[in-house]
Amino acid sequence: MHKKDTVNILFCGIGGQGVLKASEICAFAALFEGFHVKKSEVHGMAQRGGSVESHLRFGKEIFSPLIPKGRVDYLVSFYKDERDRLKDFLKPEGSDFIEYLEKSGKFIKDKRYINIFLLGVLSRYLAIKEKNWLMAMEKLLPLKYLEENKKVFFKGRGIKSA
Amino acid sequence: MKKDLCGRVMLLSGDEALARGAYEEGLVVAASYPGTPASEILESLSKFKEIDAQWSINEKVAFEVALSSSIGGLRSLYASKHVGLNVAMDPLMTSSYIGVGAGFIIVTADDPGIHSSQNEQDNRLIAEIAKIPLLEPSSPSEAKLFVKEAFKISEDFDTPVMMRLTTRIAHTKENVEIGERKEAVQKEFKIDMPKHVMVPKNAYKRRLEIEKRLARLKEYSEASPLNRIELNDKKIGFIASGVSYLYVKEMYPDASFFKIGFSFPFPEKKAVEFSKKVKEVFVIEELEPFLERKLKELGIKFKARHPSYRIGELRPEYMPDIIKGAEKKEEPGTTRKPVMCPGCSHRPVFWALKKNKAIVTGDIGCYTLGALPPLGALHTCLCMGAGITFFEGIKKALKKNVVGVIGDSTFVHTGIPGLINLAYNKTKGLIIILDNSTTAMTGNQPHPATGYTIKGEPTKKLILENVCKVCGADNVDIVDPRNAKEMEKLVKKRINEDALSVIIARSLCRLIEKKKYKAPLYKKENCKKCYICLSIDCPALTKSVDGFINIDEELCVGCNLCVETCSFNAIVKNA
Repeated sequence: MHKKDTVNILFCGIGGQGVLKASEICAFAALFEGFHVKKSEVHGMAQRGGSVESHLRFGKEIFSPLIPKGRVDYLVSFYKDERDRLKDFLKPEGSDFIEYLEKSGKFIKDKRYINIFLLGVLSRYLAIKEKNWLMAMEKLLPLKYLEENKKVFFKGRGIKSA
Repeated sequence: MKKDLCGRVMLLSGDEALARGAYEEGLVVAASYPGTPASEILESLSKFKEIDAQWSINEKVAFEVALSSSIGGLRSLYASKHVGLNVAMDPLMTSSYIGVGAGFIIVTADDPGIHSSQNEQDNRLIAEIAKIPLLEPSSPSEAKLFVKEAFKISEDFDTPVMMRLTTRIAHTKENVEIGERKEAVQKEFKIDMPKHVMVPKNAYKRRLEIEKRLARLKEYSEASPLNRIELNDKKIGFIASGVSYLYVKEMYPDASFFKIGFSFPFPEKKAVEFSKKVKEVFVIEELEPFLERKLKELGIKFKARHPSYRIGELRPEYMPDIIKGAEKKEEPGTTRKPVMCPGCSHRPVFWALKKNKAIVTGDIGCYTLGALPPLGALHTCLCMGAGITFFEGIKKALKKNVVGVIGDSTFVHTGIPGLINLAYNKTKGLIIILDNSTTAMTGNQPHPATGYTIKGEPTKKLILENVCKVCGADNVDIVDPRNAKEMEKLVKKRINEDALSVIIARSLCRLIEKKKYKAPLYKKENCKKCYICLSIDCPALTKSVDGFINIDEELCVGCNLCVETCSFNAIVKNA
C-alpha cells in the first residue's frame, strides 16, 4: 500500500540546533527537483530547548503530512536522546544517521554547522541534483555564512561511510 | 511576499497558503492577536502592501475590527488560535445575525494534541452553535483554494464563514500554486438599522432569517465540490474531513471516501448516498464526534473509532488499530521539556519570588515555563489575563504572600481590566509585569507597548507605567530584573504592603537582545554540591558525572544569576 516512490526523512533534535533549517533546505531542494513535498513540524516551543522534529516527505503525490511510524527511510538526528526516542519510526531497512552525528567532530569543529554537515551526508542518498541543493542553500542561508556552509555541506557530501 | 525562484509554485505552510489565497481574492483588512498555530497567517498578510493588516490588542477587538470592515464594504479576515476565538465569542455569536457587507472569513487554528495551548477544544462545535458555515481544508493547497469559496459563500449568503485549520495543516508546508491578485470591488455601505442594530425586536427577525439561510446553505453544501465522493474499493468507505482524511488515505489509498470539506451545514443527502454505495461506512475524525453525531441523526449505519481516540491528535499509524475498534494506548510523554533561554529576564524574577516564598498566579507566555521543575515558581495558569484576576481570588483566601505575574503583551490583551478591578474593589498586594517588550512565545510580535505596528512602522507607544497608575496602582516600580538583588528586595518590600503595587520588571527579550557577556568562573574547590544553582533551571548549568557543576560557555550569556544563587563563592563573576 505504501507508495514506493515516496522518500520519508525524519529530522530531530532540540531547539536551537538548526533542525528546522536543515529540513527546510532539504524541502526546497526537493521542490526545485520537481517533487511534491510535504514538511510538517510544530512551532512555538522550538526556540526553547524542547524536542524538535520535522517530518519531510517527497515524491509523486504525498498524502499524510506525518510519516507513519515504521516508514522513515532516513532518521537524521542532531541529539542522541531524541534519536533514541524516535528510533521506532525508522523502517527495518532505513538509515540511522546517529553514527554520522557521533563522528561529526572528526570532520567539523564548529558545532553550529552540524545541521549542514548532516545535510551534506544525506544529499548523497537522495535523487536531488547538486545545483538544487546549492539553490536551496542560497535561498535560505544568510549570505555572510553561505560560503562556510557550502564548504561544510561538501565535506558531508564527500564522506564515503560512517 | 517576494516572487519565488521557482516561479508560480511556492513551498507554503497552511497559514501562508491561506494568507496567499486571501491576498489573491482581494482581501483588504485583516486582524488578529498572535497565537500558535495561527500567528503566521497575519505575519504573511502583513507583507502585502495592499492589505491593511493589524495585530489587535486582543481577539475580541480583532474580530470587531475585521467584521466592521466587512460591514463597511471591504473584504476582511479574522484569524486566531482555537482559544483566541473564545475571547471573540461575544461578537462571534451575534455576527451571524448582523451578517456581512463584503466577504468576511473567520479562521480558527485548532491544536489537537495540545502542542502549544492550554486546552484541546474543537471549534467545529462553535461554528454550529454560532450558526456559521464551516469549511475544513485538509492541506495547505486546499487552504488556499477554500479561501476563494469562503469569500463567495460569505457574499452570496450574507454570512461570516469559518475556516478551520489544525496544527498539522497550519504548520505543514507543501507546493502551492500561486496566482495574481484580483481586486475585489468595494461594496456600498447602506444604513440598515433592522440588520445592523441588534436590539431585541430586530434580533428576533434576524434569528428567523438565520434559519432560512442555514436551510439554503445546506442545499449548497449538498452540491458543493468541497464534499467529494471518491469511489474505489467498495468494501469500506471512509467519511473524513481535515487532515484526518489524509491519514486514512495514506494507509488505505484504495478504499472509497466521502471527503468532507464543507462540514456545516452537513451534506446529509450526499452522506446517505455514499453510505448506500459502500458495504461498510467508517468515520474518522480528530477530537469531538462531530461527524459521528451527524450520521447518527441520519440513522446511517456506521463504525467509528473507540471513544479513547477523541483525546489527542491522530497519526497515520493509528489507523489500523482504529479500524479494529481498539482502545487507544496512551503513550507516556517522553519529549524533552522546554526551558527559558539562558539569560532570560524572567528567570531572576522567579528566583526573587521563590526567595520570598510567594504563591504565584501566572498567565500565558514564555514565563509559564516558570511552573516546571526545578524552578516550580508559578502556581496557576488558566487563560490570558488570569494572572491578575486569579491573584484577586487567591489573595482573598490566603491573605498574604500572593503575587500575580503577567507578560507585557498579555497585560495589554486582557490584563488591564483585571488591574482596574483590583483597584476598584480595594484589593492590596503585588502584581509583576514581566516586560520583555515583545510577544515572545509566539515569535516576537510587536504590541502597543513596543511602539511598532505589525508592518514595523513606528506608532503611538503605550506607556505601561502610566496605564498602571491610571488604573489605580498605588506604587509603580520599574526595575531591571537582571539586577537580581534589587528585584528580590523590591518583591520583599511590596509583597505584603498595605497598597496595590505593580512592579514592571523590564528587560528586552534575549531572542531580540543577543548581547553576550563573560561567563562566570567556577571554583570547584569552594563547591559544596548543594545544587541550589541548578534550581534556577538554566540550560547552561549542568551537573557533571563527578557531581561538580559545568558551565557551558557556548550557551551562557553571562547574566550572572547563578552567581547570586551560590552562597559559597563557588560561582563568581568574571570581571
